[in-house]
Amino acid sequence: MIAYIIRRTLYAVPILIGVNLITFFLFFVVNSPDDMARMHLGIKRVTPAAVEQWKHAHGYDQPLLWNEAAGGTAKLTETIFYAKSVRLFMFDFGRSDEGRDIGHDIRQRMWPSLAIAIPTLLIGLLMNITFAMLIAFFRGTAFDLAAVVLCVMMMSVSTLFYIIGGQFLVGKILDLVPISGYLSGIEAWKFLILPVTVGIVSGIGMGTRWYRTIFLEELGKDYIRTARAKGLSERLVLFRHALRNALIPILTGIVAVLPLLFMGSLLLESFFGIPGLGSYTIDAINSQDFAIVRAMVFLGSALYIIGLLLTDISYTLVDPRVRLQ
Amino acid sequence: MPVVLWTDALLYLLVLMVLAYALRVRRREHLRAPWRRVMQSPLAMGAAVLLGVYVLVALTDSLHFRPVTKGGGHGEVISMFDYLVTPLRTHTEKTYSAPFATHLYAKETIELDDGREVRDYPRLLYGGAHLADPRAQRTGDILHTSILALTKAALVSLMLSVVVLTLLARHSETTLRECLRRVLHGRTQVPWRTLLGTTALLIALLFLLMELSADYHVLGTDKIGQDVLYEAIKSIRTGLVIGTLSTLVMLPFAVMLGVAAGYFRGWVDDVVQYLYTTLNSIPSVLLIAAVILMIQVYMANYPESFSSVTQRADLRLLFLCIVLGITSWTNLCRLLRGEVLKLREVDYVQAAAAFGVRHGNIMLRHLVPNVMHIVLIMVVLDFSGLVLAEAVLSYINIGVDPSTNSWGNMINSARLELAREPVVWWSLTAAFVFMFALVLAANLFADAVRDAFDPRLRRETA
Repeated sequence: MIAYIIRRTLYAVPILIGVNLITFFLFFVVNSPDDMARMHLGIKRVTPAAVEQWKHAHGYDQPLLWNEAAGGTAKLTETIFYAKSVRLFMFDFGRSDEGRDIGHDIRQRMWPSLAIAIPTLLIGLLMNITFAMLIAFFRGTAFDLAAVVLCVMMMSVSTLFYIIGGQFLVGKILDLVPISGYLSGIEAWKFLILPVTVGIVSGIGMGTRWYRTIFLEELGKDYIRTARAKGLSERLVLFRHALRNALIPILTGIVAVLPLLFMGSLLLESFFGIPGLGSYTIDAINSQDFAIVRAMVFLGSALYIIGLLLTDISYTLVDPRVRLQ
Repeated sequence: MPVVLWTDALLYLLVLMVLAYALRVRRREHLRAPWRRVMQSPLAMGAAVLLGVYVLVALTDSLHFRPVTKGGGHGEVISMFDYLVTPLRTHTEKTYSAPFATHLYAKETIELDDGREVRDYPRLLYGGAHLADPRAQRTGDILHTSILALTKAALVSLMLSVVVLTLLARHSETTLRECLRRVLHGRTQVPWRTLLGTTALLIALLFLLMELSADYHVLGTDKIGQDVLYEAIKSIRTGLVIGTLSTLVMLPFAVMLGVAAGYFRGWVDDVVQYLYTTLNSIPSVLLIAAVILMIQVYMANYPESFSSVTQRADLRLLFLCIVLGITSWTNLCRLLRGEVLKLREVDYVQAAAAFGVRHGNIMLRHLVPNVMHIVLIMVVLDFSGLVLAEAVLSYINIGVDPSTNSWGNMINSARLELAREPVVWWSLTAAFVFMFALVLAANLFADAVRDAFDPRLRRETA
């Protein structure tokens, strides 16, 4: 088991190198630092001196890959590639283009993100499973058809409309909770309840339909027929047999996205003004802060790979038929 | 003077490909059977009619040209669709106005005939301009026009139904009466009742919109006085381009790499797996953001390489499609690899290999045709997700160009409008209705296609 985990972790290294090379290529080769400087300074204020100064201030004034001027190993280390890309491997994110410490920002903004993401995931999961089992219980009836059509309709509404609608209805018309903003500590629930609700509602359609398929697939299997043949009630069949086995694909699917919860929800956070990592990313994109975007790309990839690893491990834990080699 | 934009060319290429596929399907029974099953589903066929209308609009909106102006020069690039709805496009007001309004949304200082000045809501330039006393006449006028339009629509629908029924009767060699009874009771192979019903509804809607929008702004006007109905319809093309081209741009790579990985195994498999795991691991929003930011930087630095705003916006749309394709092809590639891994052990592939058929031929003639159903299912399933993604991306400013009409841009600007007093709700509603109809239809159609083509599901129903 441990050997397997170590091997999988080592397997992540080339992937992270690949991600790093892609971001490096996108951010420094396709567009030179000069282009970025001009973009940031705006068309009017571009002078060669200003460009040089901007590049120097942000550490973009070194050669890309190979520094002829330096000696020894500094030939490699005093380059943009080393300073901006290689350091990410040590989770040293450096400073944003505005000069703030990215690592510190991330550690601080992680908590509001989790405060939204975890309740949304857990309550959403519970609701989706309940609905899916209810529909599966009434499978083949008019209720089933109506529920599935309703799910498809809910899936067809863009998340944006759920957010805007929720804000408008609850915040503006009913005036129950504040529309946006955030307070840390116990007062936070006032600001969290609306985004969490919107997050859950927008996910019901897709989640319920997906879990319904899993339940139906499970209910078509032989062991269910055996259970029924033994004379078990439908309730026992559903809860004791089908639910337990259906939970395998559901839980392993959840495990894959668990690490990504840190990244926060881009839309929910930026609409509701919550200072999490999702709104951090959006702000960085809008203000064209390439350093933060690079850091978030790397962080996201690392978390994704952790998710893959966790999925594989959780398979072996919940499903004894799967053995790791 | 015609102007061919990149996405125009690709969209029409896609139409040609679909036609070629349809011809191929017609000749082969095993390909026709699943499609026949799709055609028997009433929900899917109703959705298909709606999708057809959207596609038609998008295609007329994809024939661009520069009209010759009166002075003999060339005007701005417009599309065939713009030309057809010239009144809708050119009837712009000063600023916001509500649906069916006759007066502007905001008060202004108006100079009366006798030289006095008052602050009041000024009359619109086009909306209800033919009415002498709008307060008294408007409702009657709208009702009158609607009834006229509905009567015309009913006549057209009736004529269409009679033609279809006659053809059906001739085809099945029964009387017209018998045929009508079967259709009304829904006892036909193809659900003609649903098809004709949906078509009649859409025709009624079309006539209503056409007649009413001649005199009113049916969905109001936006901040710069542009008709919202026009914007919402123009956005159809953007949605369809993103939904279709994104998957198609990367389709050849996905199929080639997926099949090769599954067939050759060994190091080819390792390389392909590495490639898609790496791409997949980058959060897609950030990858898209990175690419779009880079394109913005490029476009800001080299403005001279684009001859017009339309062309620049189009190139950005194309790049958005490509990068959306890059983020979504990995899933298809993974599925194909898994399927080919299974298929390569099947007898007919083994036999072909034993006969000395070359690798390329085995993959092209034996493997690719047998995984095409997966490709088809994925392309149809991805469509609605991509349309939804466009709205989100445009909202965070990494979607289509701000000058391109799209539902995302409409929602983006509508966000602030909700905070106004009185609330400007019509832009958002228009974007919602048009987008919801497209995505819902696509989802329903995709479900039917998946049910018909997925061999696992087929066995259960058989």
